[in-house]
Amino acid sequence: MAKVMDDRRYAESHEWVKIDGDIATIGISDYAQHALGDIVYVDMPEVGDEMTAGDVFGAVESVKAASDLICPVSGEVVAVNDELEDAPEKVNADAFENWIIKVKVSDPAEVDALLDAAAYTELCENE
Amino acid sequence: MSNRYIPHTPEDISRMLERIGVDSVDALYADVPQEVIFKGEYALPEGLSEIELRRWFADLASKNRPLTVFGGQGAYDHYAPSVIPHLLARSEFYTAYTPYQPEISQGTLQYIFEYQSMISELTGLEATNASMYDGATATAEVAFMMVASARKRNCVLVSETLSPRVADVVRTYMKFHGVELRMVPERDGVTDLEALAEMVKAGDVAGVILPQPNRYGVIEDFTGVAEMVHAQKALLALNCDPSALAVLRSPAEWGADIACGDGQTLGMPLQFGGPYLGYISCSKTQLRKMPGRVVGATTDAKGNRCYVLTLQAREQHIRREKATSNICSNQSLMALYATIYMALMGTEGLREVNRLSADGAHYLCRRLVETGKFRPAFDRPFLKEFTLRTDLDIEALNKRLADKGIMGGVSLGDGLVTFAVTEKRTKEEIDRLVNLIAED
Amino acid sequence: MKKYDKLIFELSRPGRTGYQLPADNYGVDALSEIPADLLRKNAPELPEVNEMDVVRHYTNLSNKNFGVDTGFYPLGSCTMKYNPKINEEIAAMPEFASLHPLQPAETAQGALELYYNLQQALASISGLAEFTLNPYAGAHGELTGLMVMRQYHISRGDTKRTKVIVPDTAHGTNPASAMVAGLEVVEVKSKPNGSIDVEDLRPLLDDSVAGIMMTNPNTVGMFETEILEIADLVHKAGGLLYYDGANLNPLLGKVRPGDMGFDIMHINLHKTFSTPHGGGGPGAGPVGVAAHLVDLLPNPRVRKGDDGRFHVDTDDRSLGNVSTFFGNFGVLMKAYAYILSLGRDNIRNVGPMATLNANYIKESLKDLYKLPIEGVCKHEFVFDGLADKSTGVTTLNVAKRLLDFGFHAPTIYFPLLFHESMMIEPTETESLETLDEFIDVMRRVAREAAEDPDMVKAAPVTTEISHPDETGAAKNPVLSYRQLKANAK
Repeated sequence: MAKVMDDRRYAESHEWVKIDGDIATIGISDYAQHALGDIVYVDMPEVGDEMTAGDVFGAVESVKAASDLICPVSGEVVAVNDELEDAPEKVNADAFENWIIKVKVSDPAEVDALLDAAAYTELCENE
Repeated sequence: MSNRYIPHTPEDISRMLERIGVDSVDALYADVPQEVIFKGEYALPEGLSEIELRRWFADLASKNRPLTVFGGQGAYDHYAPSVIPHLLARSEFYTAYTPYQPEISQGTLQYIFEYQSMISELTGLEATNASMYDGATATAEVAFMMVASARKRNCVLVSETLSPRVADVVRTYMKFHGVELRMVPERDGVTDLEALAEMVKAGDVAGVILPQPNRYGVIEDFTGVAEMVHAQKALLALNCDPSALAVLRSPAEWGADIACGDGQTLGMPLQFGGPYLGYISCSKTQLRKMPGRVVGATTDAKGNRCYVLTLQAREQHIRREKATSNICSNQSLMALYATIYMALMGTEGLREVNRLSADGAHYLCRRLVETGKFRPAFDRPFLKEFTLRTDLDIEALNKRLADKGIMGGVSLGDGLVTFAVTEKRTKEEIDRLVNLIAED
Repeated sequence: MKKYDKLIFELSRPGRTGYQLPADNYGVDALSEIPADLLRKNAPELPEVNEMDVVRHYTNLSNKNFGVDTGFYPLGSCTMKYNPKINEEIAAMPEFASLHPLQPAETAQGALELYYNLQQALASISGLAEFTLNPYAGAHGELTGLMVMRQYHISRGDTKRTKVIVPDTAHGTNPASAMVAGLEVVEVKSKPNGSIDVEDLRPLLDDSVAGIMMTNPNTVGMFETEILEIADLVHKAGGLLYYDGANLNPLLGKVRPGDMGFDIMHINLHKTFSTPHGGGGPGAGPVGVAAHLVDLLPNPRVRKGDDGRFHVDTDDRSLGNVSTFFGNFGVLMKAYAYILSLGRDNIRNVGPMATLNANYIKESLKDLYKLPIEGVCKHEFVFDGLADKSTGVTTLNVAKRLLDFGFHAPTIYFPLLFHESMMIEPTETESLETLDEFIDVMRRVAREAAEDPDMVKAAPVTTEISHPDETGAAKNPVLSYRQLKANAK
């Protein structure tokens, strides 16, 4: 069973969001990394890109699958995790530790609309 | 029922029907609505035996007149070493499927790896794909690649000196895909770099595509172009004749991000226009946006070096409508063709092909000008193809030349005509062409 | 025998050569007239090898390959039929191979006649009005056909039709081609048996729909029995029907796409018309259209004049050009030779015998492999893995084990309808003996899966290589000899 952490929120498309002030740190869930298998590439946006909730901000690729990354919140990309460029397997090792981007949130209400850990656990169980 | 390609005997059929549990072959189509079952007659002749088939094609062949070729414009009469058709005829190569099962496809995978390596040597760019349909579609895909790379910019600049046959295909692709194409004007036979400098500043330009040599055979000077394009955060692609890259400054040396073009010049038969192949090379930073199959080296469970299709997560069978291209094949056998050709020629051989072709072309150019019926259209450097200006009726002249067994120059309209000379032509053939025109 | 593992670059010795050219007697030194700035500074490092080095090297490589001439390909949706040898010889005839695509039409009448006749033959076989032979491949045909679809609506001023309906079971090229053609993909659901759900289709058909893309038989090899109703619905909604010719083979001799109501289609000559796959190409993807779409086909067109002569034409209403010249002409020659060999009578047996072969395999294996869709199939069918999955042997394992017995693997994990899809398509060129051999091996593998699953999971064991590291290849791509050398240092 995939791990789900209580300290953050989740999108139905399997991204997690952790809020610190107005900065949202975003990654993919343990469930998602399991489903993809060995991750070989993480495609990331550039710092400064503007995101609207629902925008595709990149993709994670395994050998025979690819999954778009969908931004759960709106705002400006303020950081991308460069480490993943050379070591995408880190997402497999710990999907919660190895974030992908940080976004300066423009509408905090969007975060509240995301799933909490319990709801997300249920979603995964039903998939 | 039996035919040389269909092995079923009546006994086979009844045995099989019995296993299936139906009483006739027609019963296998019982679910098809009666009104769509074809009851008419196909507009085809009766089936031919091999002997009759040969006769049929010999008859068709007699209606063609192979000519001594002095035309180019995207198809050049280079020599095809006899080794190549012999090796391509090995049916383990040509009857193979796409190498999705690496365990039984190392032959295909390895030659594609060698092909990629050799094209990368010519372009100087790190990554080459397994090949595209032709030079024109490869160039159109490069336009998409640039737009995908630039994310929010949706315009590509293409020089008017690019072959119109290539530009027409690019235009079609871009029109339907919704990418804006802006043509950079030409000046005196080359891309107008001052105009380009202005156009690239528009803010919505994802990339620029320039030809080398161009539609007139002219070798263009791209000094400063890469810097100018990159300063606007756009990409530079050069559409190059890969054979000519044995002598011409490479796309990497010009600072280009992408190279593309048609591989026909690597000794491929003219074959009335195909099959040839298109190639795309790019720098490592553009690799993930490059369309098409790619082969990579890896190791197997025993640690042996081997080759596999890789970076497949970019492709249509995984990305579906989110892929950057719909291509689902390559011109694999033609990539083998090009690989064997490049292996035979080596760097020096490819240089010699260019030297001999260019010497012949320069000789023909001088002789034609000496007839007084042509004058150089541009005072520009060229290799095997060049453009002259004339008041002659080119089409009428070419008809008369065809009667003498010669394909003359290709008309570009406005009194411009291009000629091409390859290493297959001889001084005697050139002299004969010139004499026929002089006496015409 | 010693395993051959060299790259051509590793045979290279400075100064060795595989070419010789005639003497240069022009008395010109053209390269010296080119400014040094335009010339190359760093020489490319192509191999330096002798002619026999090249011949042995590529002969050795060919021995590492499997082809139709090596053995049977039960490869679903790929129609790997026999590639007649005479067709190769015909395509190489110098009277065709040496023709320049721009030489005067008067001197290429044989080639143009062939092009024209093949267009006519395909039109008759498919029940459509006219064909272009310019598209280079199936996916290129799809793209061209969808461009025809868009051009049709645009030319009528109907610019809001920007969506195309594609079944969720479709091959990946369908949605990808739609994307390239600037169309938005709308998925229509399949019923559990893989057929289009007409009730799901109905509400999708509004005035933003340009058309629908389908195959028939569909991706699971079943005939879409409601095709006439679907055609009627789509046409009434103002859309066009596109037929993906990937599954045309079972219909040869029985059903014509045009008669089912399709307006546009492509044909994969490398599937249905026997031209070799060539290890991934070149193929050809001619596109045919109904009479009201003829003017929109891509340029150049080949036409027959009143005087019986053939000429090259362009049309103003055409969607534009999709190829430099006339497509993969050499491939067209082979397909035409095949059609002439079959003739109007034998072509009628192609579909039925392909269908007979598929049903024979299906009925012979369905006790050991899970058959999710019962009933008579057409040219292909899908198993959902082994019937007994208790030992954990997957479709991938079975596919790889087949390689040990000298068979190619079936198409696996497609369609996405089932978790363990294994799609099998024998073609009409396979004999009963070959099918029986394949059936025996499939039954043996099922037995092995029950008795010695670890052995099946370790397969293949007899092949040139086994279990390549694909993750490593994708993570750190090594795409050239130069990179390989650099990494070794």
